[in-house]
Amino acid sequence: MNKLELSSLYQLTMVRFKLVLREPEAIFWIFVFPILLAVGLGIAFRNRPADVLPVGATTTQLAQALAADHGLKAMQVDEAQGAHALAVGDILLLAVARPDGVEYRYDDTNPDARNARLLADRAVQIAAGRHDAVAAQNELVHEVGSRYIDFVVPGLLGMNLMGSAMWGLGFAIVDGRQKKLLKRMVASPMPKWQYLAAFLLSRLVLLVIEVVVFLGFARLVFGVPFRGPLWQLGVVCVLTSLVFSALGLLVASRARTMEGVSGLMNLVMLPMWILSGVFFSASRFPNVVQPFVKALPLTAAIDAMRGNMLQGIALPHLAAQVAILLAWFFVPFVVSLRIFRWR
Amino acid sequence: MDSVSNLESVTSAARAGAPSLRIRGLKKAFADVLAVDGVDLEVERGECFGLLGPNGAGKTTTIEICEGLTEPDEGVVELLGLRWQTDAKELRQRIGIQLQESQFPDKLTVEEAVRLFRSFYRHGIAVDEIIRTAQLEEKRKARVGGLSGGQKQRLAMATALVGDPELLFLDEPTTGLDPQARRHLWDLVDELKRAGRTIILTTHYMDEAERLCDRVAIMDHGRVIALGTPQELIASIGGEEIVEFAVGAAKDLRLSATAEDVCPPILSTEKSRQDGAPSEDSFSSALAPERTRKDGARSGLGDSETTRVAIDPAVLKGIPGVQSHRVDAGVHQLSVSELHTAVPRIFAALEELGLHLSEFRTHSATLEDVFVRLTGRNLRDE
Repeated sequence: MNKLELSSLYQLTMVRFKLVLREPEAIFWIFVFPILLAVGLGIAFRNRPADVLPVGATTTQLAQALAADHGLKAMQVDEAQGAHALAVGDILLLAVARPDGVEYRYDDTNPDARNARLLADRAVQIAAGRHDAVAAQNELVHEVGSRYIDFVVPGLLGMNLMGSAMWGLGFAIVDGRQKKLLKRMVASPMPKWQYLAAFLLSRLVLLVIEVVVFLGFARLVFGVPFRGPLWQLGVVCVLTSLVFSALGLLVASRARTMEGVSGLMNLVMLPMWILSGVFFSASRFPNVVQPFVKALPLTAAIDAMRGNMLQGIALPHLAAQVAILLAWFFVPFVVSLRIFRWR
Repeated sequence: MDSVSNLESVTSAARAGAPSLRIRGLKKAFADVLAVDGVDLEVERGECFGLLGPNGAGKTTTIEICEGLTEPDEGVVELLGLRWQTDAKELRQRIGIQLQESQFPDKLTVEEAVRLFRSFYRHGIAVDEIIRTAQLEEKRKARVGGLSGGQKQRLAMATALVGDPELLFLDEPTTGLDPQARRHLWDLVDELKRAGRTIILTTHYMDEAERLCDRVAIMDHGRVIALGTPQELIASIGGEEIVEFAVGAAKDLRLSATAEDVCPPILSTEKSRQDGAPSEDSFSSALAPERTRKDGARSGLGDSETTRVAIDPAVLKGIPGVQSHRVDAGVHQLSVSELHTAVPRIFAALEELGLHLSEFRTHSATLEDVFVRLTGRNLRDE
């Protein structure tokens, strides 16, 4: 045996690594699932030509005026039909001819309906002979990096790193505790910290595969941009994985049953799935909760990844996020080392 | 490196002849249960020492305190002249442990598991050699999940041995194994004994303790109730042979004229199903023709229910050569010192009472009989 084979940290890490790779389900969740999710979202949110908005009008004249706008699709209805179509969502706006002009009926909390109102009014005014005071021209731009898929890829990456680290560690540790393997390990001369550190290290090995596969796919298929230095993105990924491994350790440090640890993990992860801006920007939440949202590790991780990939922000300017991540790594790791139940 | 030289001196002092294990006044309570209640033990180097007792006797708690996995409430534990409080790291390197219920991950191979444990020890035995010792060469690349119970136990032994321990703890190494796997594991322990290793094992199998252990401590309710070599313990109950019999008064016999003689010592009768356990004992098979002759006339006793008859113990204890008597489920047990003189007298006494035998067997006294004698209970009842 060479020196490396005699190192217990190396052996522990390799054992963990092999055990994960021998678990077919793990392979699916870690490598295949995020790609499927990205494909699904990429299809759902692909950039299409601007929608044509359906509207209704009570007179033929009015309908013709509306149909003249390319952004609108107009049909002629009577007032009762129109009210019904509006209620069930077949049309966004109903234009009713009045002796003294036109009345628009629409829902002003629906952005599409507000657009329809603007387009419809413009069409009606132009038909009535209005002329633009200023000549305007449009030039259409579809910028890479501003699409939804560009926004969601870093979110999915962060969510995936969180999930695989927490599930991977939590279940393996509780399983070892139930099967008295942990007790057997502490009955040997193995340094305890190495057992826990091996989990983090084997996660890092998997992380390389996981991140490269996922981001490579996103790059090749969707052309997602990488504007910041790649090595800095790597640093953020490693840090993220360490954070959630440490949280996984903490969650599993006392639990005796799979049910117990599953509940705890959901309790920890659920708020982050919702609040941390995986699928939509976290800035949508009220200002009161923003400090809390920003302090969550997944928010910090995803913000840092988006900053790097989409805006090309260098690591020193992401210091706040990095500091939050470091804190979320050290505190849970140290606490779990202290409270860990070995039997 | 002060600490290292310190350790060295402790080690050499330990080598100078401290016993492998010394326990004084050990006590441990869990909630309101006193699991270990004042245990003193000493195990010499090269000895195979057995902790024997029913489940819940405190064996596992005792051994886990020795292994440094459980803190005692009171008492002193010294292994190889060292203590857990001060020398835990050193001790972990020098002892080997096999735990009762530990399972290695199913998807790990035998070789990977052994290699992993080898990496924890500064010095140890080569992985190939330990796999050979544990007779797992064919299963080397097999995953743990596919091993039989016996192979899993041998793997557990391999991981306990791979650090070349001076002291080896085995907690119920054969519990749950089939007879063949048990014998296989015994052979392995024999080999370790021959190699001069100090072994401390727990078991609730009497035959295992008798077969493997140089000395045995019998535990019950957290205390050591007997200590010595298996031979000493067996001799201590007086008789070295055990006679077991049941008597019956068959119904047809009661109706016959001779049945009048039967009356005197009957205190109660109980109906019980004939166990009919065939005895493998060569001695009792030698007696078989005798049974046939006596019982043959009264239509097969072995296959029908008989009415068992209780006998006044004083009558039996009065038979010369009988040391003790007890009844368990209608079966009388006598410990006797000399089988060849006692058995005819027992037959004669029963004949005199007009009772006939429905079962009769003898065996050499075992540790089981010692336990029964000391506690009034069977080990396997627990």
